[in-house]
Amino acid sequence: MNNDPERVAAIANKYGCSRDSLVSILQDVQSEYRYLPEDALRAVAHALDLPLIQVYAVATFFKAFSLKPRGEHIVTVCLGTACHVRGAPAVLDEVKRQLGIGPGETSQDKRFTLETVNCLGACALGPIVVTDDQYNGQISPGKVKKILKEYKKLPKE
Amino acid sequence: MVELTIDGIKARTWEGTTVLEAAKEMGITIPTLCYHPGLTPYGACRVCLVEVVKGDRSSLEASCTLPVEEGQVILTNSEKVRKARKLVVELLLSSCPNSKTLQDMASNMGINKIRFKIKDRGCILCGLCVRYCKEQMKSGGIGFVDRGTSRTVATAFGVTPEECRNCGGCEWICPVCERACLAGNLLDGLCGGCQNVMPVETCPVCTGCSESVGPQGHKVY
Amino acid sequence: MTRLRSAIALEQLRSRIVGQRDPEKACISICGGTGCHAYKCEDVASAFKEEIERQGLTDQVELKVTGCHGFCERGPLMVLYPQKIFYQRINPGDVPEIVAETVVKGHIVERLLYVDPISDKKAQFEEDVTFYKEQQRLVFGNNGLIAPTDIEDYLAIGGYSALSKVLFEMQPEEVIEEIKKSGLRGRGGGGFPTGRKWEACHNAPSYDGIRHIICNADEGDPGAYMDRSLLEGNPHSVIEGMIIGAYAIGSRSGYVYVRHEYPLAVKNLIVALDQARAHGILGDNILGSGFGFDIRISRGGGSFICGEETGLIASVEGKIGEPRPRPPYPAIRGLWGKPTNLNNVETWANVPLIISRGADWYSQIGTDGSKGTKIFSLVGKINNTGLVEVPMGITLRKIVYDIGGGIPGGKRFKAVQTGGPSGGCIPESQLDLPVDFDRLIEAGSIMGSGGMIVMDEGTCMVDVARYFIKFLTEESCGKCVPCREGLDRMLDVLTDITEGRGKEEDIGLLEDLGSVIKEASLCALGGTAPNPVLSTIRYFRDEYEAHIGEKRCPAGVCKALITFTIDEEKCTGCRVCARECPQGAISGEKKQLHKIDQDECIKCGLCRDSCKFDAITVS
Repeated sequence: MNNDPERVAAIANKYGCSRDSLVSILQDVQSEYRYLPEDALRAVAHALDLPLIQVYAVATFFKAFSLKPRGEHIVTVCLGTACHVRGAPAVLDEVKRQLGIGPGETSQDKRFTLETVNCLGACALGPIVVTDDQYNGQISPGKVKKILKEYKKLPKE
Repeated sequence: MVELTIDGIKARTWEGTTVLEAAKEMGITIPTLCYHPGLTPYGACRVCLVEVVKGDRSSLEASCTLPVEEGQVILTNSEKVRKARKLVVELLLSSCPNSKTLQDMASNMGINKIRFKIKDRGCILCGLCVRYCKEQMKSGGIGFVDRGTSRTVATAFGVTPEECRNCGGCEWICPVCERACLAGNLLDGLCGGCQNVMPVETCPVCTGCSESVGPQGHKVY
Repeated sequence: MTRLRSAIALEQLRSRIVGQRDPEKACISICGGTGCHAYKCEDVASAFKEEIERQGLTDQVELKVTGCHGFCERGPLMVLYPQKIFYQRINPGDVPEIVAETVVKGHIVERLLYVDPISDKKAQFEEDVTFYKEQQRLVFGNNGLIAPTDIEDYLAIGGYSALSKVLFEMQPEEVIEEIKKSGLRGRGGGGFPTGRKWEACHNAPSYDGIRHIICNADEGDPGAYMDRSLLEGNPHSVIEGMIIGAYAIGSRSGYVYVRHEYPLAVKNLIVALDQARAHGILGDNILGSGFGFDIRISRGGGSFICGEETGLIASVEGKIGEPRPRPPYPAIRGLWGKPTNLNNVETWANVPLIISRGADWYSQIGTDGSKGTKIFSLVGKINNTGLVEVPMGITLRKIVYDIGGGIPGGKRFKAVQTGGPSGGCIPESQLDLPVDFDRLIEAGSIMGSGGMIVMDEGTCMVDVARYFIKFLTEESCGKCVPCREGLDRMLDVLTDITEGRGKEEDIGLLEDLGSVIKEASLCALGGTAPNPVLSTIRYFRDEYEAHIGEKRCPAGVCKALITFTIDEEKCTGCRVCARECPQGAISGEKKQLHKIDQDECIKCGLCRDSCKFDAITVS
């Protein structure tokens, strides 16, 4: 694991190593490594002078964080109430079937991670499937295959 | 000094006392699970609920965390309290069926059926072990991890923490890790017949204490 | 930029800014809210920029990308000032025509006008659009006039004049009295009287004088995005409110806690805070008054319970978002053990308005118990999806029909869900209910943060109840037994009912569980979680009974209880559905009636979506 404790310390310093920025620091660390490696969490605990179990508890409590490496492409299905009422569960089922994984899981080939979110605030376009940063609106189960096909065609990173 | 009324009896106690402690001073014992006089109160198990009456409205509050207030009117065993307490214990049993403490508590309340699916978590998440480790032993190597029904008491990354001094306190203070009725059927275990028998320690949840003992055999780090 | 050191300096800057702006100059205000970003509004904005340059109009026409205008259904949209011509559903291809015809010649491009779905009338100007007409956009309306990353836009419309008045003409206690007099109640869901909250924090003993102010921008209710749009579109209104509150309460330290899912709000807020500091409006010696206050941003990590005040405070302290029992309330002992005042984004945004125009004026709006306006997110099965700001006391019927334009597809209204997972469903019989904190509670719901989900005949109320309980079981912190285990068992029962395993005693069990969870839980998540279940049992008991007794889902939603069949009359034998079916459950020869094998069918709905002849029915 090419893990540089100095990179983590630099991130912590950006926030003044302040405890009120623990979540922000972890988010930046996760952006760096695409997940939260064990060594990085130990480094954060050290930098902020916090018990390791506290940092670990925060990393497992908040769903923004992943302690396992995530895929190259993140597919997010919105399950907000407005999207639910417009048929989001059926869309999620189809995405699960197409990718072969459940919410929170990453595909074997590490290409896709499937996530769900509780409201993106674009309710007029519901149901919505976000692929990386792209919003795909008014999705029905029939449209899922087409969207994912484009991503499956992309070369591996 | 603060004056309040508990179960119709006037009580006077110091400001900063909790309703649970004030009741105890008067000889009223409110059942608890996650409370221990030597540790900060947590308010998680909801067994110590009391009814706080305000005019024609009332609410249920955990007495272990409720500070006394001047003029408070408290009921420790009203119908509302009993109904809530009973359901809480029923829920606890359905999530930790193999606990003699819970079985005895249930039989005392007259619970003779569990209407919910049994999902044995082996732990009631009362946090006594966590608080003991942090406050009494000043170690704090174990804590609550994840959330909701996935919440467990664990160590960081599942390894014995450096702070652990093998005191065994987490196991000792646990209210539910003892041998339960082996009659074979959970409902038989609610008969209350062996209430006065001392339980034998068997820790169902290993927090990584390398000195853990028990007839069931544990992973030793 | 030199820091402003007096009220006069602020006014001089304002006059200079206003003086440099020509109110008659053409200005295109394009909605740049997150909702419109999903419609690629940035492509429309670029197209305008290019076209304006191409036609050599850069000096005559101003282009402003603003925050959310509220009419999310019709994005991308724009308003052309000074006439206030309103165009909706614009794509980049429309842009050259808009510039050539409307901006230059003043001619209307008819196809881009809004047509009311019920009356069929076209509206040329923003104020005639029925969606906006019935609203009273006192707080949200400014979004259309402001580029969120430009403090000068905020100053141009009078921003920070309320702050100036407070710092130089009012004592802290007078400010608190004014807020109390206005009748402002918290907009985050609890509806607690704001003035009293401020007073409690102001009066709470603090040996070192430290008090904290927090803005709760966690906005966790699914389907609610008002706070996000306010924070993205007009961050200064919130900042101004917070500085005024800090002065009134005696705090020098403030936090805005923004949920993880709102990156644009964080971005715009950072810019706004930096600009405010550069102008001497934030930091030491604000406007030369001697009062100092600054704001830090604290971010959420994806946890609904961190919208609960003690969970939020724990999260800011670097701990897990686990609520703690109250008393002591945060006003007495909150963040880092100090007296802390926590208010919602919309509550803070109302403060400058109340100070500028006075509590007397403010308390004229609304009902006896609920003063002012409220912003709602009107979403779900509704024609005009969007954010609406209405005076308290307006009826739900007006919101759904006059503003919302009714239900799409000619379907029948069934219920409107308010208050998110803490609220309840209000049926058609109660549509004339006025929007008011106390009236909504009487009806079995709550105002909540403002999510308003409209449901029609195709929505299964048991499924909705299950949806909310499932959401809450995933968001429960897990500390207390009634919420952690109780909601989990409620979910078991509801799942059984929706999957055809419901038993007669289940409704009673849900009511028992619900009433105890409400009373015995440690915090308001558990304390309000049973509401959607209890309110749907109250108003839609027949649906529960159909699921349990007849194993039937009247709305045709619950997979285990519905059947997909092919309509003999409509099927053309085109084979499309058979090819789409992932289970190969559809058989049939070309040009012959097709048939679905019910044993293989997994109810995924792909066949229904692919059939061009509407031949697949659900029963």
